[in-house]
Amino acid sequence: MADLDAFRAETRAWLEANCPPEMRQPVRDDDDVYWGGRNATFKNDAQRAWFEACRDKGYTVPAWPKEYGGAGLTPPEAKVLREEMARIGARPPLSSFGIWMLGPALLHFGTEQQKLHFLNQIARGEIRWCQGYSEPGSGSDLVSLQTFGEDKGDHWIVNGQKIWTSYADKADWIFCLVRTDKANKYQGITFMLFDMESTGVATKPILLISGNSPFCETFFDDVKVPKSYGDGIPAYVGEINRGWDVAKYLLGHEREMISGADSSERGAGIGATLTRQAGGELDPVLRAELAMFDVDALAFSAMGEKFLDEVKVGKAHPAYSNMMKYAGTELNKRRHELVMSAGGSTALEWDSEETRGGAAPRAWLRTKANSIEGGTSEVMLNVVAKRILELPGA
Amino acid sequence: MPLYHTDDQAMLAETAQQFMGEEGAIAKQLRKWRDQGCKDGFGHDLWKQMAEMGFTGLLVPETDGGLGMGHVEAGIVLEEIGRNLTPSPFLTSSVMAATALASASDEARGRWLPGLVSGESVFAVAIDEGAKHRPERIATRAERSGNGFKLSGKKDFVVHGASADMIVVAARTSGADNDEGGVTLFAVPKDAAGLGHNSVRLVDSSMASHLTLDGVELDGDAVIGEVDGGREVLGRVLDAGRVGAAAEGVGVARGAMDRTVEYLKQRKQFGRLIGEFQALQHRAAHLYSEVEIARAVVIKAQQLLDAGAENASLMASVAKAKVGKAAGLAVKEGVQMHGGIGMTDEYDIGLYMKRDRALAEFMGDVYYHADRVARLSGY
Ligand SMILES: Cc1cc2nc3c(=O)[nH]c(=O)nc-3n(C[C@H](O)[C@H](O)[C@H](O)COP(=O)(O)OP(=O)(O)OC[C@H]3O[C@@H](n4cnc5c(N)ncnc54)[C@H](O)[C@@H]3O)c2cc1C
Ligand SMILES: Cc1cc2nc3c(=O)[nH]c(=O)nc-3n(C[C@H](O)[C@H](O)[C@H](O)COP(=O)(O)OP(=O)(O)OC[C@H]3O[C@@H](n4cnc5c(N)ncnc54)[C@H](O)[C@@H]3O)c2cc1C
Repeated sequence: MADLDAFRAETRAWLEANCPPEMRQPVRDDDDVYWGGRNATFKNDAQRAWFEACRDKGYTVPAWPKEYGGAGLTPPEAKVLREEMARIGARPPLSSFGIWMLGPALLHFGTEQQKLHFLNQIARGEIRWCQGYSEPGSGSDLVSLQTFGEDKGDHWIVNGQKIWTSYADKADWIFCLVRTDKANKYQGITFMLFDMESTGVATKPILLISGNSPFCETFFDDVKVPKSYGDGIPAYVGEINRGWDVAKYLLGHEREMISGADSSERGAGIGATLTRQAGGELDPVLRAELAMFDVDALAFSAMGEKFLDEVKVGKAHPAYSNMMKYAGTELNKRRHELVMSAGGSTALEWDSEETRGGAAPRAWLRTKANSIEGGTSEVMLNVVAKRILELPGA
Repeated sequence: MPLYHTDDQAMLAETAQQFMGEEGAIAKQLRKWRDQGCKDGFGHDLWKQMAEMGFTGLLVPETDGGLGMGHVEAGIVLEEIGRNLTPSPFLTSSVMAATALASASDEARGRWLPGLVSGESVFAVAIDEGAKHRPERIATRAERSGNGFKLSGKKDFVVHGASADMIVVAARTSGADNDEGGVTLFAVPKDAAGLGHNSVRLVDSSMASHLTLDGVELDGDAVIGEVDGGREVLGRVLDAGRVGAAAEGVGVARGAMDRTVEYLKQRKQFGRLIGEFQALQHRAAHLYSEVEIARAVVIKAQQLLDAGAENASLMASVAKAKVGKAAGLAVKEGVQMHGGIGMTDEYDIGLYMKRDRALAEFMGDVYYHADRVARLSGY
């Protein structure tokens, strides 16, 4: 306890000294987020300073071991850091599919050399990753995927198509599910890592209803993927043909991230802010809905905290992340419906300067994907019904 | 504080679960007393057993003969009470009255607490004046008289009022009905002259009183805390009651949900177990999520109360409101998914619906607490 108090004081002082005031504002749009990667540029000096300070301290991935680029914090210390960052409203220094998804899978399934090689690059924001799971015919039924890797001895030749690959056009590398055995549905998928600049990889952006196009169709035409990147550094995670286990493990982390369990913003009430923005008065029925929402949001933030606490000590049911994903994303959609209602006609403006290019309506539309990406709400409910409640049938 | 039980708390939970599951079970307590038309609505023998287990004095300081534990521990017992629909004066006596008495004089503590710890005494708390919870307004008057006070007014929804040896009464020693200040808490013994009860059975078979205070004479040492300065103590009593009722509500929700999920695994229609129908699976899974979230915020609120944290009161209201929503859903879905059998007295699921309704009103309903969340958040 005393140690933790000392750590808190130390953390507070470090944040005070290193987190610039500009980095203590809520993230408003994509521009405010630093994703790292080969072609990354910083929006401003504050963003760079904050990222570099965190990187040097291991705070882009505070709970990872030091040898992999983390700070080696214990779970209670990591929680203190999270709380202290939330207290000052600090932005995440680095957003990265490498941190949220691939990293945990490598920590769990990777070889030592592989971890040293990839995790450090992820922690330092050097490689920007994308996720090649979904295919046009394989969404919720992901295991039906068809992209095929033909075994050529020391490499595979990969052919097929992926879809909904977020930021495929901006990513340096892809972690990708590829069928390597056509006879085996579950035990015929390999979890591969390869460079998006490989010959035969092409991407084509998909325009979304939010007017943005963060995702792509991704095409593989005779892409040569080596089986190894050096001594003890296989180009796949886990074992060949056993990538489904890795994929499922990773999806657990992806869901945790999308659920917003870890985000102070998603757990906070919005009634007070929206009422202030509306000039202090909202229709009483809307006020009542906001109050009901705040009850749910504050309760969900307690759930997020409990979930993370339990995950850290292995007390959480493996399917808990499905429940969190379901509840968190449905809540976030409701949040943005209320933001739109309280905002009135201002919230309809699509590209005015005052509304930062229509940030509110674009965000509202974006949230509709929350209950689709990473597995739909219906699929989450199926999993909860079967794995937690153990209800019978299919 | 991580949001799960420590090893000691987990041990207490196991003990409470076993005890309530056996001694406090629905057939052994709720149905028995209900079918006998018991005037208390609960069994004194069980109350004494709870004392032997150490439950009655959980929140009483060790220096007063109790265990000196916190709201997390009290909540553990309450959740099992809720799960088994065990009728008992635990919430009113061991949680709310005990919280009030923590601010009482040495004499008052010496007079009342030993009986609570030993399970000889039962206490009630009289706050509401009207059908809805509105503690901001207190009209019951307490006038100085000799070296004591004279109380006049009426109180409603005083749970276990007629069974109680002592009732904690919130009255006004100065100011207007809606004033923040001027409130004082009194420990009113059951034999006080001028105290009248109209005791009624509620939908869940528990007993509550409409209390009349017709010039009830009290000594000066009946005052709990400061004269005119009772709001703060009352606030603590209310928060304890809210978080306690929320913990019990989580138990009710889980009890109803578990029974329902079990039923889905047994009942066959259309040649299949009804639990195979996705329409029901999704509703059950949604219900599970809501109950888990409610459970999380209850533990959060309990920990904040125990730590005396600044936002404890806000979280107490969040907890009461969230549990109100989740438990309400659990009992309604429970009855519906049981089909026709859920409407019968023989099946327990209907008893959960009745208990939920009474708990939902106790210490403020969803609407009251959602509104309070808004006000405390500044809108
Ligand atoms: C913003 C966003 C980002 C994404 N990013 C990526 C990415 O980076 N990489 C990647 O690989 N993929 C990504 N995806 C794809 C995502 O994982 C899929 O969209 C998702 O798994 C759903 O698949 P689908 O779109 O094919 O829908 P379908 O599977 O066709 O589902 C259609 C509807 O049917 C319902 N349904 C399907 N099966 C069942 C069932 N058994 N029971 C009940 N209902 C069912 C679904 O719930 C849904 O409502 C992203 C998607 C979005 C929206
Ligand atoms: C007050 C009352 C009065 C009644 N009066 C009469 C009367 O006068 N005469 C008479 O003959 N009957 C009467 N009934 C019986 C009534 O018609 C049945 O209760 C009703 O048809 C439901 O059947 P069940 O109770 O067996 O429920 P079940 O069929 O066992 O259903 C249990 C649950 O499973 C759900 N379920 C079942 N199948 C499916 C499915 N395929 N997909 C999704 N969900 C499913 C149901 O909706 C329900 O939620 C009465 C019932 C009540 C409660």
